Amino acid sequence: MSKVAPELQYSAEHEWISTDGSSPSTIGVSAVAADALGDIVYVDLPEVGATVTAGEPCGEIESTKSVSDLYAPVTGEVTEVNTAAVDDPAVINSDPYGAGWLFKVAVESEGPLLTAAEYAAANGGGL
Amino acid sequence: MTENHTALYGEHQKAGASFTDFGGWQMPLKYSSELAEHHAVRNAAGLFDLSHMGEVWVSGPDAAAFLDYALAGKLSAVAVGKAKYSLICNADGGIIDDLISYRRSDDKYLVVPNAGNAATVAALLAERAAGFDVRVQDVSVETSLIAVQGPNAEAILLTLVPAGQHPLVKELKYYAAVEVGITVRGTVHELLLARTGYTGEDGFEIYLPNADAPALWQALLASGTDQGLIPAGLAARDSLRLEAGMPLYGNELSVDGHPYAAGLGPVVSLAKESDFVGRAALAAIRESGDGTTTGRKLVGLKGVGRRAARGHYPVLKDGAVIGEVTSGQPSPTLGYPVALAYVDVAHAEPGTLLDVDLRGKAEPFEVVALPFYRRQK
Repeated sequence: MSKVAPELQYSAEHEWISTDGSSPSTIGVSAVAADALGDIVYVDLPEVGATVTAGEPCGEIESTKSVSDLYAPVTGEVTEVNTAAVDDPAVINSDPYGAGWLFKVAVESEGPLLTAAEYAAANGGGL
Repeated sequence: MTENHTALYGEHQKAGASFTDFGGWQMPLKYSSELAEHHAVRNAAGLFDLSHMGEVWVSGPDAAAFLDYALAGKLSAVAVGKAKYSLICNADGGIIDDLISYRRSDDKYLVVPNAGNAATVAALLAERAAGFDVRVQDVSVETSLIAVQGPNAEAILLTLVPAGQHPLVKELKYYAAVEVGITVRGTVHELLLARTGYTGEDGFEIYLPNADAPALWQALLASGTDQGLIPAGLAARDSLRLEAGMPLYGNELSVDGHPYAAGLGPVVSLAKESDFVGRAALAAIRESGDGTTTGRKLVGLKGVGRRAARGHYPVLKDGAVIGEVTSGQPSPTLGYPVALAYVDVAHAEPGTLLDVDLRGKAEPFEVVALPFYRRQK
């Protein structure tokens, strides 16, 4: 059963974003997405210094079976990427909300975001 | 479309499987991780529910002659107790299905079509039987099929077979089948056991009535878990067969393609005296060299980089499109991307460097001989 981390916010495209007020914000993909993809074998992340735009694809996540676009839930400049996830994408499956984080953005503006409860409800259940 | 469930659907639910539709059936895609299931088959054993496939009995004095006519291969030459991979073609030489036939006696064969083509093939066999003294009986709906594949498959199976019948199992050769007693809930059932598979490993396929399937599934897991047996779904089945260089109907094979381009020329027996459906067209295709010396042929591709080619991606040579990928993914066992593709014969030699258009980016791939993976015996 996939789980939703209650302290985060989510996009409809299954990305999560940290909400502890620190800048830059951390972004990853939810356990819902990671489970649906299956075993992730490759992740293509935006470059440090690049600008990502809310709602637009900024990379790709590839599993044994399929490839999915990675969407930016916010607009801003990428300040850091998780090279550990690039080197060993399996961490995205095993710890999508922790060690499987993907990149950090200095947020200029947000796209539409869901609370954890709203995201969970939209994805088959409660928290 | 009506969603069919096999007799093992409840077992898959209990095991927490994720389901996918395949040929109109709700089948387990994976139970835990498709990579873990793939590795289990290569290193220990995997348990597969293949009950969505079709089973058609062909029996009667003309059974062998009939199959020589209905299929592309020389089924009359198959010895009793053996099996043969063959194709059923249309009059244009197009491939309607690839299938395995088991000769159970002089006048009785079991034909096993793919799930998505089972009804079509059964109907076509019945239609082509006109004029032959033969009975075509489609038992797909009441027959289950369980496969145990992997180096430990024989040892696991033997735990359910009475000691006196162990030699039957141990001596069963690849592409052969035998009736064997298998103990299910304390009762010995005579079931059809075939040493065939779609993984590139040693393994067995067991044909049995639906009512017995859940008990056999549970019994195999109960004695097989100690030897590393886990249930494996269609995702693992696909990555295993791809590594083994085996074609998948719907990807590498279709009614728009013919056997020669797919490397299946040897499956077509133009040498058999009987007429067969598609004979004239297939002879003409072979004569023309299409798929061998001209046109496009099926090759294996190995990724030079880390990105995998996927079905329908264009294959390029110096920027020009010279082919198309039919199946592709990262190879779990080999650690590099593997793919099957139809490419212009001029660029089909192993060692040729080509590019695959990976979502807008040209990535290098090398033509390699098939299979990608071969098990150590």
